Formats: sequence, structure tokens, C-alpha cells
Amino acid sequence: MNELTHVRAKEIIARYPVARSALLPMLHLVQAEEGFVSQAGIAFCAEQLELTTAEVSAVATFYTMYKRTPCGEHLVSVCTNTLCAALGGDDIYARLSERLGVGHEETVGEPGTTGSLTLEHAECLAACDLAPVIQVNYEYYDNQTVDSAVELVDALRRGEKPPPTRGAPLTDLRTVELELAGFTEDEVVAAAAVAGPSAAPETLRGNTIAAERGWAAPALPGEHPALPPLQEKK
Amino acid sequence: MTAPESSTPDTITPVLTRRWTEDASWTLETYERTGGYEALRTALAGQPDQLITLIKDSGLRGRGGAGFPTGMKWSFIPQGSTGPGAKPKYLVINADEGEPGTCKDIPTMMADPHSLVEGCIITSYAIRAKFCAIYVRGEALHPIRRVRAAVAEAYAKGYLGRDILGSGFDLDIVVHAGAGAYICGEETALLDSLEGRRGQPRLKPPFPATAGLYASPTVVNNVETIASVPFIVAGGSDWFRTMGSEKSPGPKIYSVSGHVERPGQYEAPMGTTLRTLLELAGGMKDGVPLKFWTPGGSSTPMFTAEHLDVPLDFEGAAGAGSMLGTTAVQVFNETVSVPWAVMKWTEFYKHESCGKCTPCREGTYWLVQILERMVHHQGTPEDIDTLLDVCDNILGRSFCALGDGATSPITSGIKYFRQEFLDLIAEQPTVPRPEQLADIEAELAEPTMNTKLSGASA
Repeated sequence: MNELTHVRAKEIIARYPVARSALLPMLHLVQAEEGFVSQAGIAFCAEQLELTTAEVSAVATFYTMYKRTPCGEHLVSVCTNTLCAALGGDDIYARLSERLGVGHEETVGEPGTTGSLTLEHAECLAACDLAPVIQVNYEYYDNQTVDSAVELVDALRRGEKPPPTRGAPLTDLRTVELELAGFTEDEVVAAAAVAGPSAAPETLRGNTIAAERGWAAPALPGEHPALPPLQEKK
Repeated sequence: MTAPESSTPDTITPVLTRRWTEDASWTLETYERTGGYEALRTALAGQPDQLITLIKDSGLRGRGGAGFPTGMKWSFIPQGSTGPGAKPKYLVINADEGEPGTCKDIPTMMADPHSLVEGCIITSYAIRAKFCAIYVRGEALHPIRRVRAAVAEAYAKGYLGRDILGSGFDLDIVVHAGAGAYICGEETALLDSLEGRRGQPRLKPPFPATAGLYASPTVVNNVETIASVPFIVAGGSDWFRTMGSEKSPGPKIYSVSGHVERPGQYEAPMGTTLRTLLELAGGMKDGVPLKFWTPGGSSTPMFTAEHLDVPLDFEGAAGAGSMLGTTAVQVFNETVSVPWAVMKWTEFYKHESCGKCTPCREGTYWLVQILERMVHHQGTPEDIDTLLDVCDNILGRSFCALGDGATSPITSGIKYFRQEFLDLIAEQPTVPRPEQLADIEAELAEPTMNTKLSGASA
């Protein structure tokens, strides 16, 4: 771990009233550094937080986002929970697995090199109105089909970065892990990332219909009402 | 100030979602231009206990699934300069949205993060917390960016930090990214996770109100709950109660997904029915009839076409044998096999079971074994009883609600579609030897058989 990582680890610890709360972000940090959570990464976290490596390993192995083997440039997560699966998510996963020649949490290409991909089937990604969904490095690619998903991974394999439906311009898994830890390498890029697209037409459907039909919530009063009086203490 | 006239509210009532259509809706500039952070000024001019009373009067109930009265939860926090009240207090926001079907908090945080941030500041002032953590599911990357940016803007404007708006009140907010574990949506597991541990639930009592984060008094509330707070301060409890029912007041974001023409987010008064939501969503996709649906995620027992007119509020859903949950309305049409859907959900619960307690860890494992066998045409007539028996040994005997939730799709699926399970069991292929299963699976992968099994539709 380089000096910057040490500095960042200290910054994470300083955010919390109790140091150990820094462990989850710190594991994201070491994953950003190495592309996965290595034994060295676990030892680093243990040393920073005065924990044993067993205590850190117990945490690292509990959470699915911490990968124990080197990952590709991109992580492709296909939702195969019930609703996405019924709308085609299972077919998408099966086709991508066949196309890439890899299974769950396996990597095609030399890990970390341009165009290398780690594939996984994911549980509900909380975008059910946009099903079936895929995330690449946790950016949303909504309303997928088998064909669009194949096009997406083919483009990624060629080293291209197709824009997500919602989210920031695609970077790579390690950059995203650094963001999850709370850091960005480039403030300008970070500001642009925040400004990326967000609401999909589906997100706004209720609002759209309300506007068409002239519906609204009951109007807020012109001034804030007085707060209720303090109640007598018994 | 007079109470607003009582009349039936419109079918769609955008409150939490009203800013979502604004340009750059997530920025401080847009938020302030549309009345943002005015409620904070009103709140800081009052006493903390007045805010707790206001939220009690409003009848706001937790939007994370359980529906606990929010004001009452806040009032449980011990206050005072001695004893438990002397400990630091914490506000923790549960933004670990992951219940299958649930997709309301992520768009809220993406499109209007400042409502959440302002709600956090007002709530922290009310419960006298000086540290607030927003625990966002790790996979929700873009919402994390937006909420972090909103927090940074709020600090820069003096809404966070020391002596907020000259009130003498101090508050720090940390946006904490999770790392992929459904169980962390359970509030005590979330607290353990936030303390840097495996996300496993704690035995209650003690409840978080007395021994939560770092064993100190803690309020844990959902995103939608806390984002409602600035609107209640701005509108008052009477205004809030113009929507919804006596016991379930206010607006609610209904997330309609699945086999409908226009899936999406529909914010409507509490008590809206599926019939109304389906009308808004353009009806069933391609006119294929409704078969089953969940009122609030996979952990809420499924409903059928019989339940089109059940009012979707806490009492209505419970009265019809389910739960309101997160108002994640997942709609499935006649092409979907119930045993298959139940198997998929059970695989989810098995994967997400944290392993702490035996009924859930072992129970979900065996439930998956039975359901997978059944869906692969190897079920036996005893399987239904075995499933129900295992569910009976999980429900109410698990450490937390994950185990209870795991039984919901199975027991409700069998309740409404027992014959479909029996028919599937009756469809035995000729399997003289179990090792032939692989061949059979290959055969089942043929399109004609597959549609029957998986229910996948184009």
C-alpha cells in the first residue's frame, strides 16, 4: 500500500466517532488499490484499525462486493432475482455467460487489463421498474434485452465504454471502488459524474400523468404552521 | 393558520417526488429555489420536543416496511444531562434498499438528495444527535455520489457543521457505503455493519433507542420517512393528514414493476389500490391477465387478482393477510410459474441469510433444495407439507425478520396456488437414476419446455 493509501486510511478513520467504523470503506479502498481484497489488503486494514487479520477477514468474506480474486477492468452484474428473471434476466445471464465463456464471479481476459470483464449474477439491484437491469461497475444499464446485453459486453471487451442509462460516464471498477471509499482522483471528473443523468422516464411516470391530468398534492399552506406547543412534563 | 379543507386528494399526489422533474433537481440551487431549507429554519426556531410532537401529530409511520410510528420512535430516545440521556445520540439512515421489488429510495436519493439531508438535520436536532450516518447500499453508486454532493453543499452553506444557522446546534453527516448484504437492511445488522463488523442482527431488547450505534441511543429511520420530515414541518400535521387514512396518513411512493404497460414510480395517497395503480400503469402488459403480485416486496405475502381493491396502507394490507412493506408492487402475469417464482425468491433468501441463527440458515437451505427439486420435476407429494413444516419452524423462531420474510412467498404461494404445486409434482419425468438429472435439465432447456418452467416471457 502506497503512502497516499495510508493517508486516505487515516482520513476515513477521522470521519467516525469510533475507528472500527472505517473498516468497510477501508476495504473498498484496498480493493481500489489492488483490484480485489488481497491478504496484503486485509493485513493493511488490520494494522490501521488495530484488529487481527482474522477479524478483518471475517468481515471481508461476509460482503459480496469485496472480491477475493483479481477482477476485470469492469464488473458486469446481471440481476437474476425473480422479477428481472421473469422479464429476461435469466436469459441475459445465460447468454452472457456463454458469450464470455465464464461463470459467476469469473473473469474473461487478464484481470485489470483493458477489456477484461468479471461476470456475476446479482440479487435485486433496486431498479425493478426498469427491469431487466444490468450494472457495470455499479452504473445502471436499464431495460436490457439479450441482444442489448451482448452488444454491451462486446463493446466493453473491445475497450469501449458505452454510457450507462443512469449514472456517471463509465470508468472502471477500481475508480468506482475509490469513490465508494469516499475519494476521487480528479475533482472536475467527479463534479461531472454527479451531474450525470438520473431520472429515467419510468421514474417520472407518476409525475407525468399528474401533469397531464392536472393532479397535485394538496397545496402547502403559504406560511409554515406554528409548531405544536410544548407539552407539560409529567 | 386554519386546517386545510378536507376533500378527497387527487389520485397522484407528488410531494416527495415533486422536485424530480426540475432541471438539475439534485442541486442545492434547485432545492432552495423550490422552498428547500426553509423548514430547517422553522425547525431550529422551535424546541426539539415541539418537532417530536409535530411528527407524532402527523401520524407519520416508517416507510422502510414495518410502519412504526416515527414520532414515537424519536420520543423513546432518553434525554437529560444524567443517566442514559447523557450519552451521545445518533441518527442512522437506512438507505440499504434491497428488498426484491423495492426501488423508491434510490430514485429519491438520485433526484432529490437534499430532502433527505434537510430531513436528517431536522431529525438530528429533534433527537439531539450531533452525528448522523447515512448508510447507503454499496451498489447504489450514483445515489451515493448525489447524497455526498448534497452533504458537501450543505456544509458549504452552513446547514451542517458547527453552530448551524446561528442556532448553536452542531451536526456532522457521514455518507457510508455498504458492501453488498441484504441483511444490513435489518436495523441492528445495519448498526453492526456500520460499526465495521459482519452485518448480523442483534438480539432485541435492548432496542436501538437505548443501545444502538456504539451502544448509545440511536434512531434508525428509512430514507422516505426522513425525506418526508421537511414537508411535514412546512405543511403541518393537518396538511399531511389530508392524504391517506387516519392510521396510515400521508403520501407514499408506490413502485410498480413487472408485467404492466408502464412500470414506474407513482406517489399517491396511502390506501391506493392495485386497481388504481394498474390503471395508472396502463394495465397489464399486452393484456395478459394478472396472476399474482406483491404489495410491498418479496417478504410480504403475495396477493392475487382477488385483492385488486385492497387499500394499500398498513391496515388494509395486513387485514387482507399480507403487509404493506415497502410498497414494492411487483406484478406477474399468467405466464409466470408460481413454484418457479417462489424458488427464485427462496434462492435469494438462502443467499442472503447471514448464518447467525439456525432456523434461517438451515431452513432456507433446505427450502431451496426442495423447491429446486420440485421445479426440476422431481417433487414428491409430501414436499408441500415438508415446505410448510420447515416454514413453520422458521417463522417466529428466527433472530430477525429475514427468516420470517423467507417464508412469505412459500406459504402464500401454496395458499393461493396449491393446485399448481400439485400439478408440477405430478409431472414426473422418467428418472430411473438421479445422475440423469443433467440430461433432463438439458432437455428442459429446449424452448418449448422452458416457457412452461421458467415463466420467462419476451
